[in-house]
Amino acid sequence: MAPAIMTLAADAPRLDTGSTAFMLISAALVMVMTPGLAFFYGGMVRVKSALNMLMMSFISLGIITVLWTLYGFSFAFGSGTGFMGGTHWFGMRHIGISELWPNYGIPVYVFAVFQLMFAIITPALISGALADRVKFTAWTLFITLWATVVYFPVAHWVWASDGWLYKKGVIDFAGGTAVHINAGAAALGVILVIGKRKGFKRDPMRPHNLPLVMLGAGLLWFGWFGFNAGSWLGSDGVAAVAFTNTQVATAAAMLGWLIYERLRHGSFTTLGAASGAVSGLVAVTPACGSISPLGAILLGLVTGVICAAAVGLKYRFNYDDSLDVVGVHMVGGIVGSLSIGFLATGGVGQTAKGVFYGGGWHQLGLQFIGVGSVLGYSLVCAAILAKLIDLTLGFRVTEDEEVTGVDQVLHAETAYDFAGVSGARNAADLPGTSSEAGASPVKKVDA
Amino acid sequence: MKLITAVVKPHRLDEIKEALQAFGVHGLTVTEASGYGRQRGHTEVYRGAEYTVDLVPKVRIEVLVEDADADQLIEVVVKAARTGKIGDGKVWSLPVETAVRVRTGERGPDAL
Repeated sequence: MAPAIMTLAADAPRLDTGSTAFMLISAALVMVMTPGLAFFYGGMVRVKSALNMLMMSFISLGIITVLWTLYGFSFAFGSGTGFMGGTHWFGMRHIGISELWPNYGIPVYVFAVFQLMFAIITPALISGALADRVKFTAWTLFITLWATVVYFPVAHWVWASDGWLYKKGVIDFAGGTAVHINAGAAALGVILVIGKRKGFKRDPMRPHNLPLVMLGAGLLWFGWFGFNAGSWLGSDGVAAVAFTNTQVATAAAMLGWLIYERLRHGSFTTLGAASGAVSGLVAVTPACGSISPLGAILLGLVTGVICAAAVGLKYRFNYDDSLDVVGVHMVGGIVGSLSIGFLATGGVGQTAKGVFYGGGWHQLGLQFIGVGSVLGYSLVCAAILAKLIDLTLGFRVTEDEEVTGVDQVLHAETAYDFAGVSGARNAADLPGTSSEAGASPVKKVDA
Repeated sequence: MKLITAVVKPHRLDEIKEALQAFGVHGLTVTEASGYGRQRGHTEVYRGAEYTVDLVPKVRIEVLVEDADADQLIEVVVKAARTGKIGDGKVWSLPVETAVRVRTGERGPDAL
């Protein structure tokens, strides 16, 4: 989040219709990232859990929106302590229609709905690590609790004017710590508790639909302009630099990942291009309001290579981060957050300067505090919540159900109709048979 | 009667169909299959994780013929399926006891 634009008392900000329009559009752009993420992840899993992967992201749109309205916005951005917001905005009742976000030209409502979209995608990001193996009820309970205990407070730490990290001077322009490190660390916490998929490292677990992954990556890239440029909360030159840096770092990270992959494994892969782009988007998120476009190229290249290497760690250390939430989001978030300590020019949206611009080591130290505190808090809380859910509801499906596939077991659906001739057999006519077994020539329309 | 079964490269299917039609075959059955012979599979890499894919896609073509035509028909299929590269597939025949045309009840060679 950008620091408040300095204003004279006599010259209080008035409604800025240009910025307000830009922010409403930005909110819609960030919203589309969650379905984009659903496709990105959904294409990467095996066919038997494609729908479940889509649903784990999609359900966040439902649950977090309601929580945000009831108490989330108030806990995240209401005035309170350094740790958490207060209760004044519970139910969004005490927000005036023409009330402006302090020191900005946009209504509080616009800010609230823009930030809601961040609160939605952050828990959804975690789902990639849990592919193929968790109960849907357990997941819904987890994101409800994690948003309440972790996301809302951490957003307050990082972005609220009385948040303790914000007041220290830690820079997180659009969510490198609050969104990506937060989600990546939570993913690590949960998988350390619930364990690996059956067959991890033994069975092939190939992506079932790479075009879907590309589509998802494209939607994420598109929506990310709202995420990053919108985080300036106004439409001006700084928003344009953030927009530019988002494009540049993402492009460079895609190249970095692909070059690493070509040298290390022999091919330029589609999945590598999509993953590299996303790693760049992640890394530039905290830094896009502080660095120059040339800095963004450097950041992107470094991030692409580091993340391409980091996704291999799960095999070495034997944790099943199924779709590399830790390797891409946590690692990318750390690289981006720390990069501010080196690459901040002091001449964009922030005055802080990094090591390369004569600012010394001070800002880097602050960034380490931001990274460490969010990472540690989220990891520990997520592990505790996962353990509690595992002891009560049970977090995982049974082994049989996991082998059958969570789409059928949890959602009573299959993603693709491969029957070919005339659709799935009518289950009511043939109790106990698999719907994939064949096709009935007589199609009952309203079975 | 004989059942001729061919497991071949998918991209040869059209040539084989045309050759069989030219030979005078009135019907055939095609299924997608996967498998390997001497060719073995191939390797794929996803985010650095290498997977050996043993089974490669093939099509399985089945044709019923009269005994007298069997050898010649096998030649027709083999010629149409051949690319000369490893993985071209196999063709074999089996004796068939009976065949019935479902619509009319005709049996034996009349059902073909």
